[in-house]
Amino acid sequence: MSELATPIKPEPRRFGLRNMLTMYAVAARQAIIEQLQYPAANMMFMVHILIEPVIYLVVWSSVATSQGGAIGGYTAAEFAGYYIIWTLVRQFNLAIGPQGFHWRIKEGRLAAELLRPVHPLLPDLGYYLGYKVPQTIYWLPMGILLWLLFKPEINPVAWQIAAFPVVLMLAFFVRFFFMWLLGLVCFWTERVDALFELYFAAELLFSGRLVPLEVMPTWAQNVANFLPFQWTFYFPIEVLLGRVDLPEFWPGVLAQLAWIAGGYTLVRMIWKLAVKRFTAVGS
Amino acid sequence: MSTNSITVKDLRKTYKVPEREAGLKAAIKSLVARKTKDVHAVDGISFQIEPGEIVGFLGPNGAGKTTTLKMLSGLLYPTSGELSVAGHVPQKREREFLQQITLVMGQRSQLNWDIPAIDSYDLYRAIYGIPQEQFIADRDKMIEVMQLKDLVKKPVRNLSLGERMKAEMVGALLHQPGVLFLDEPTIGLDVTMQRRIRAFIQEYNQRYNATVLLTSHYMADVQALCKRVIVIHHGKLLFDGDLTQLVERFSAQKTLVLTMSDMNGKTPDMAQYGTVVTQEPNRVVLRVAKSDAPQVTARLLADLPVTDLTVDDPPIEEVIESVFDAPETSE
Repeated sequence: MSELATPIKPEPRRFGLRNMLTMYAVAARQAIIEQLQYPAANMMFMVHILIEPVIYLVVWSSVATSQGGAIGGYTAAEFAGYYIIWTLVRQFNLAIGPQGFHWRIKEGRLAAELLRPVHPLLPDLGYYLGYKVPQTIYWLPMGILLWLLFKPEINPVAWQIAAFPVVLMLAFFVRFFFMWLLGLVCFWTERVDALFELYFAAELLFSGRLVPLEVMPTWAQNVANFLPFQWTFYFPIEVLLGRVDLPEFWPGVLAQLAWIAGGYTLVRMIWKLAVKRFTAVGS
Repeated sequence: MSTNSITVKDLRKTYKVPEREAGLKAAIKSLVARKTKDVHAVDGISFQIEPGEIVGFLGPNGAGKTTTLKMLSGLLYPTSGELSVAGHVPQKREREFLQQITLVMGQRSQLNWDIPAIDSYDLYRAIYGIPQEQFIADRDKMIEVMQLKDLVKKPVRNLSLGERMKAEMVGALLHQPGVLFLDEPTIGLDVTMQRRIRAFIQEYNQRYNATVLLTSHYMADVQALCKRVIVIHHGKLLFDGDLTQLVERFSAQKTLVLTMSDMNGKTPDMAQYGTVVTQEPNRVVLRVAKSDAPQVTARLLADLPVTDLTVDDPPIEEVIESVFDAPETSE
């Protein structure tokens, strides 16, 4: 048998910013390789994702038409624009959900990740950033098809088009941390489907996922102001629709950043307790 | 690498598990008064492993082997006791500690199933901050040693169990850990694959003076790799010493294999000498008490036309079985 290579190095390796960026890049590359292997499955997933907004689009466009052309300030064509942008935003804010966490713990993947000298959240972040690349490729034909079918009306100016990728990424970060937070519940119990359902119902109502927030009753709009959800769907959609002016834009970005900071802090705090629990009871 | 030692002192892990009787009444009762009981998965074990040692960690299912390995690798917090691995306290899970150890579980996969192993290795490089040149050199050598050249380019899900295990081993050692915890690394593999994995572990141990704690239900693994074994049962340490001493201590019997010249069709009554394991016209295998072996051997040589006679210890599997059946006494 041939000899193995260089002898072991006793000194610990440092893990600086450069290493971290490399890790994000490699994790992102893995996600791209993985997703490109399954074009058929991904296209089917895309169709599955599109069913939800297309239903909303058809319903709300019909309601708008029957109400004399507009509802909550949206015309049928603007509803079309809203829900078509919705499909792209949905691709971008996808992140690991509680089921993913449950699988990780059950299959022993989390134990393997805990043996590595980096927080599991970091490779996850890289992975889900990379995930956006193939998903956008798969989304493009669907987006074009929807555009041709529903003839949307969107009116962004140059700065809004330029700002859209930024708020889109921030939307992803907000959702990423809160989905991680939700996933951490699995460290305590696996049977919390009711809690997850409650969370996703709240997201559906207060994020602009079901319907633009202007169409919701005032109380719902007020509640939404105290929750992170609208910054993951409604805000980026509104920016590209051209319905957010500069005085509203910057507070929106600040709100996204605040929710990212809040989500990250909560994840860090609860992660410590979760690991403590995991190492107390095992997988 | 003088720091690759493992010290375990009076290590304990107790789980609280719900206890409930069967039936509706018990189910309703458990809603208001939940009963739990303590299960001592690891019950006060102590041992020391020196740098570069390969030690077999044996015990039946549920003996506490995996729990111990998880505590040693920082995945489980001990209930009490002291642990030191490579100069670190595992449960603190410090970055330097995690860089120095690896835990391979034969029944659990760490590689991403949907992509080729070689792409997963890249992520390990980034996570462990391994310099690119060193990584490529080590990776390619390990791939060569494990004969994985084309296999690492296939998605892991397309590999056989043995191929996957070899790929897992490479992934687990790329960061050159000084301490290896191997939990059933050859489980479910055919003999050839088992042999290759064993050779790889041996090569790695010799090359890097790495400390290895290995659990396996295959005695061939233990015999090939471990001079020393630690045996635990019901969380308690039953034996810690040389494999040969284990056989000496726990084997109460000897196996006598006789070959005889032609006896003209006569069949001697072999039962008078000991327990007959197998009997053919000219060959008999007997099992006798260890203390009776010299006397029985002399009688056989005197009474029968013996052309060949060997006295062996029973197979190691049987010895281990007798260890597990022995009364629980720590040492």
